[in-house]
Amino acid sequence: MAEPRRRWLRPRGADDLGLRRALADRALPLLVASMTFLAALSAAGFVAASAIARHWQEGAAASLTVLVPRPGEPAAEPGRTRRDAALAVLGGSPALAEFRALADTELADLLRPWLGADAERMSLPLPAVIAVRLAHGAGERGADLDALAARLEAAAPGALLERQDVWARRLAVLARSLQACAGVVLLLVGAVAAALVAVATRAGLAARREAIEIVHLLGATDAYIAAGFARRVTWLAGLGGTAGAITALPILLALGLLALPFLRRDIAAASDPAALAGAVPPLLWLVLPALAAAAAAIGWLTAQATVRAWLRGLP
Amino acid sequence: MIRMQAVGLRYPGRDGPEVLRDLDAFVPAGGFRWLLGPSGAGKTSLLRLLYLAVRPSRGRLDLLGTEIGAADRAALALLRRRIGVVFQDFRLLDHLTAFDNVALPLRIAGRPEGQIRADVTEMLRWVGLHSRRNVHPPALSGGEQQRVAIARAVINRPSLLLADEPTGNLDDAQAERLMQLLKELNRLGTTVVVATHNAALVARHPAPALELEAGQLVAGGGAADGGRRADRGQRVDG
Repeated sequence: MAEPRRRWLRPRGADDLGLRRALADRALPLLVASMTFLAALSAAGFVAASAIARHWQEGAAASLTVLVPRPGEPAAEPGRTRRDAALAVLGGSPALAEFRALADTELADLLRPWLGADAERMSLPLPAVIAVRLAHGAGERGADLDALAARLEAAAPGALLERQDVWARRLAVLARSLQACAGVVLLLVGAVAAALVAVATRAGLAARREAIEIVHLLGATDAYIAAGFARRVTWLAGLGGTAGAITALPILLALGLLALPFLRRDIAAASDPAALAGAVPPLLWLVLPALAAAAAAIGWLTAQATVRAWLRGLP
Repeated sequence: MIRMQAVGLRYPGRDGPEVLRDLDAFVPAGGFRWLLGPSGAGKTSLLRLLYLAVRPSRGRLDLLGTEIGAADRAALALLRRRIGVVFQDFRLLDHLTAFDNVALPLRIAGRPEGQIRADVTEMLRWVGLHSRRNVHPPALSGGEQQRVAIARAVINRPSLLLADEPTGNLDDAQAERLMQLLKELNRLGTTVVVATHNAALVARHPAPALELEAGQLVAGGGAADGGRRADRGQRVDG
């Protein structure tokens, strides 16, 4: 007797409820794919905003300039020039990662576009320019810089501390707000996806009401029936989630390539072969599969909850 | 074992009088009862109570040693596995083959697939449908569908077997064969309740009857606290 072999291998609880035809097998994956696509874009926004915020924190906000007018004149402290006095103050500050006085030739290079090649011969009274990099996190502690400015003023009256931390902080706040918006969008997309799955599951319940009642009367537990739905919905949602994440990938790559020059100075152009690999932040390579998994998880949870709630209507 | 004490049933959300009122009855384990009465008397409602499609709205119902009013959903699900039902309209699943329909109670109970295959194959041979095992119900005749429904009802060796007009779609020979099957199961210890309009069938197989009229038992209830009567007299004769 040549019974088909699949009978022996039939998975437990295969489609007893006839869900293969009852649950929208095109609409649901398509909708979940759209949701995942949107989620991928907001996740990319989230990651990009945090990268830009970090970049500003480490870059612009972390650097400042000290100008010391009349650098060669003696300072209040005997035996030192005003430039040396200012450097001594900076050397004693723990908030600084590094600092460096620009040489006269560097200053001349900076001034040349405005004053021409003969700037040095004009004997202009130029200030000493000291480029400073703040230690990590110091840019956010405005009080440290206020104290530093006061000490500089005492050591070399008239010395200027040019700070960029105020506007950099504002930009960081903006970046964090963008991040929060992206997070809210992500949550909303998740909620809408759950609502979609709930609607599709209810439609499936309505379509298979007769079969469910029969299986229920034959002694099926809520867990058995809910598992049948959850299996099918998880598959459809996971399918949609994967499709959505894959669809988002080329767009994220393109956006990443556009953003790259702003974030990485070592890669000059999108045509750089190293660019493609680095275009998508490493975090996003984790986020995309996670979104597909999240779509499947939302499908499973929502289907379980929806079916179990519905079954409470049966004795 | 079935015991009803002052059982009433009103369908939820529907106003009006109860469909079943003040039912007191006792059917011992291994007993056989006809369930008789005119259309609309409440036979199907009483069967729905007995196969746990509804809970009584008042009174106390004990089935196979479990008090239904106090049982939780999980306990009711397990109890349903011990109750076989032949529905008047069969209620087969059209998307499953005859084999899978009969296998369904075993799969729900989580039996191993190898055992399911052996049991279902034997059962389908017994009801004469082995050659039709891969056919879906819409392609089966009424009588064949009914035999699938019967096979599904008894595959799990139920303690309680309920049948609603089981001979409705059968000719006399098939009906007689079904009666022999039900009596055989009864002889093996299954409590059997058969609702029917078929007076000739009842006459050929005399047995105690629960008679319903307008939602009330007019005969055959027995004392609800009747205790253990001798089973022999309760079984179907003939």
